Amino acid sequence: MTAYTAINRKAIERTILAVPDAHCAGCMAKIEHGLCAVPGIVSARLNLSTRQVVIAHGRALQVPDLVAAIARLGFAAQPVAETNTGVSDKASRALVRATAVAGFAAMNIMLLSVSVWSGADGATRNLFHLLSGLIAIPTVAYSGQPFFRSAWSALRHGRTNMDVPISIGVTLVTGLSLFEALTGGPHAYFDGAVMLLFFLLIGRMLDSFMRDRARDGVAALLKQTAPGALVIDAKGRGEWLRASELRPGMRMLVAAGERLAADGIVETGSSSLDRSLLTGESKPDPVSVGDRVLAGTLNLLGPLTVTVTAAGQDTSLAEIARLMEEAGQGRSRYVRIADRAARLYAPAVHATAATAFIVWLLLGAGWHQALLISAAVLIITCPCALGLAVPAAQVVVAGSLMRAGVLVKDGSALERLAEADRVIFDKTGTLTLGRPELVNPADLPTDARPIALALAQASRHPLAEAIRRALENEHVPAAELKSVVEQPGFGISATLNGRPVSLARGDTSDGLSTTLTWPGGKIVLRLADHLRPDALEAIVRLRSLGLEASVASGDNSRSVAGAIAGLGLTAQTGMQPRDKLDLIGRLRQSGHKILMVGDGLNDGPALAAGHASLAPASASDVGQNAADAVFLGDSLLPVAKAIAAARRTMRVVRQNFIIAIGYNAIAVPLAFMGKVTPLVAALAMSGSSLIVVGNALRLRNAAQ
Amino acid sequence: MSGLIYLIPIALLLGLSGLAAFFWAMRSGQFEDMDGAGARILIEDDE
Repeated sequence: MTAYTAINRKAIERTILAVPDAHCAGCMAKIEHGLCAVPGIVSARLNLSTRQVVIAHGRALQVPDLVAAIARLGFAAQPVAETNTGVSDKASRALVRATAVAGFAAMNIMLLSVSVWSGADGATRNLFHLLSGLIAIPTVAYSGQPFFRSAWSALRHGRTNMDVPISIGVTLVTGLSLFEALTGGPHAYFDGAVMLLFFLLIGRMLDSFMRDRARDGVAALLKQTAPGALVIDAKGRGEWLRASELRPGMRMLVAAGERLAADGIVETGSSSLDRSLLTGESKPDPVSVGDRVLAGTLNLLGPLTVTVTAAGQDTSLAEIARLMEEAGQGRSRYVRIADRAARLYAPAVHATAATAFIVWLLLGAGWHQALLISAAVLIITCPCALGLAVPAAQVVVAGSLMRAGVLVKDGSALERLAEADRVIFDKTGTLTLGRPELVNPADLPTDARPIALALAQASRHPLAEAIRRALENEHVPAAELKSVVEQPGFGISATLNGRPVSLARGDTSDGLSTTLTWPGGKIVLRLADHLRPDALEAIVRLRSLGLEASVASGDNSRSVAGAIAGLGLTAQTGMQPRDKLDLIGRLRQSGHKILMVGDGLNDGPALAAGHASLAPASASDVGQNAADAVFLGDSLLPVAKAIAAARRTMRVVRQNFIIAIGYNAIAVPLAFMGKVTPLVAALAMSGSSLIVVGNALRLRNAAQ
Repeated sequence: MSGLIYLIPIALLLGLSGLAAFFWAMRSGQFEDMDGAGARILIEDDE
C-alpha cells in the first residue's frame, strides 16, 4: 500500500491556474465538480480570494489541456506567472503571529496591572509585578523582533528610522521594570512596553495586509505575456514547455491567438502579428517564412512554426528589463515620510530622556529614581501614535481607492503619488482604449450586416474583432457562409449562396479601414482607436490639481495628433523606450516630480523611472509590475481620483503627526517632572492612538 | 486571597489556549481563502 501511494504521488503534478472570472459559490461548485469529472484530474480546489485554482492531475495532462477543460466549463483560465510571492506572505504571517502574542500578553498584563492600580500592595503587588515580567519578557523578545531587526539594520548603515527610538525605549523600560519587580519597587511599566508593541504591530500588520491585498489583485489581472509554448521534437511529438525551459534551436508551434514565448524565425506558415505590447503600435504586421519574430507578440491569423533563436533572458525583452532595473534605482532611494519624521524625532526623544536623567541627578535624586523618570519620558515619547499615524491613514485610503477601481501597491506609492506635479501619458492603450472601434456603423446597410458579422467572426484580427463587437452589441444575426478563407495581409473571403463576399484590407493611407464587398455593393468601414471616456474631464481635473499633462508616444506624429485632438495636450512622438527615460530624466533635473501613466512593455522603463506611476488594467504585465498602482475599467478618471485621494491622505497624515506631537507637548513635561505613573502612561498612550485612528477613518470616502 | 493561586494560572492557561488555537488555525491554512470560506457553505453537495 505504501509503495503504491509513493508511486502514485510521483505521477501527480500540481498546476495553478488563474481564473479571473470566478466570483461566487456557483462558480466554485461548477469549476471544482467539473474539473474533478475530467479523467486524469485527481482534485481541484478554487481559492476565491486569489481567483486561482490548484489542480492535482496525472502527468498525461498538460497545461493547455487543463485550460481547455476550464474553457469547456465556461471560464477563461491562464497559467500563473512564477513569482516570489512566498516571501511577502511569510512576512505577513510573522507579523500576525507577533501581533497575536503581543495582544495576548498585553491583555493579561493589563489584568494584573489594573489590580495593582486599584490598590493591591505589599506581597500581592510584588507577585503581580513578577508575573507581569514573566509574561512581558518573552513577549518583548518575540514580538519586538520586527522592530529590533529594522532598527539594527538602519543603525548599521549609519541611518536612523522610527524603529530606533521604539527599540531603545521598549528594551530600556522592560529592563528597568524587571529591576523594579525584583527589588519590590512600586512602579513597573511592563504593561506600557507590551501595549506599545501591540499597537505598533497592528500598524505594521495593516501596512503589510494592504500590500498583499493589492498584490493579489494585480496578480489576478496579469495577462501572462507568454507562459510557454508547444514544442515539437524531431519525431513530430508535441510537448508543452514553460517559457523558462525553452532553448534556442527548439521548434515551437504557435496557434492563432497565442503569444510568442521566445524570439525566433518563422519556419512554416504565414500570419499577422500584433506588436502593440512591444511598440505601442496597434496596426498588425504580416509575417511569412524567414521573418524574424519577437517574444510577446500576438499571433493573429494562422498557425506558425517558429525556430527559437533566443529565449528567456536573451530575448529582445531583456534590453527593456535591463533599462527598467537601471531606472528603478532612483525610486528605491525614496525615504518614506515616517522615516523622515523619525530623523528629527529620534534625536529629540533621546536628548530629552538624557536631559531628564542628568537634571534629576543634579537635583539630588538617586540614580535609580533618575533612571525611572527618564524611562517614563522614553515610554511617553515612544512614537506610538506616530507609528500608527501613517499606516492607519494609508490603509483606509487604499481600501477606498480599491472600491473606486484603483489598486495601490503600497504606502510609499501613495506618498509619491501625492507629490507628483507633472503627468506624462502614453497614447495607445493609456489615453486611448488600445483597441480599434468601428467609426461609422450607421453607414452599414441592414442587408450587409449579417454578412459582415459572419466574416468578422471567422478572424481574430483586431479590426475584425472590432466589427464583431459592434455588430454583436446590436444583436445582428450572423449569415450562413460557405468556404471561408482567411489570407494573411489581405482579409477574409467566403461565399454566400454561391456568390463571393469578402472583408478585405482597405486603403492604408486612410488610417485603419477595411472594405466589405457583398452582392449588394461595396463599402469602406473606417475604424479608429478611441479616447478613453472621461479623458478630457480627467485632464481638466488633473490641471486643477496643478498637474500639467503631456503625451509621449512611440507612434508617428500624424496618428498621435489625430488621436489626442481636443484634449489640448502637447505631444512628443516617435519615442523609443530610451527616449522616454531621457525625457523623464531631463524633467526631474529641472525639479519636476513626474507621474508616468502608461501601459505597454515599451513604457516599462519610463514607469519605473517616474516619481510615481499608474497603469491601466489592460496593460502588459511588465507595465503592471512596474507601476505603483493599477486602475480598472475604461475610464481615465481614476488617475485624477488617485492623485486627489493621495493628497488628502498626506493632509491627514500631517494632522496625525500634529496630534501626536501635541500630545507629547503635554505629556513630556509631566513625565519630566516625574508625575507619570504606569496608569497615566497607559491612558495617554491608548488615548492618542484612538484619536489618530479615528482621524484616519475620516478618509474612508476619500476616493469618491 | 488564596483563590489567586488557582485563578491566575487558570486565567493564563485559558488565554494561552486561545493563542494556541489561533496559531493552529493559521498553520492549517484556515485564513488562506476568506472569501471562499464564506461562499463554500452555499455549495449544494448532492454526491
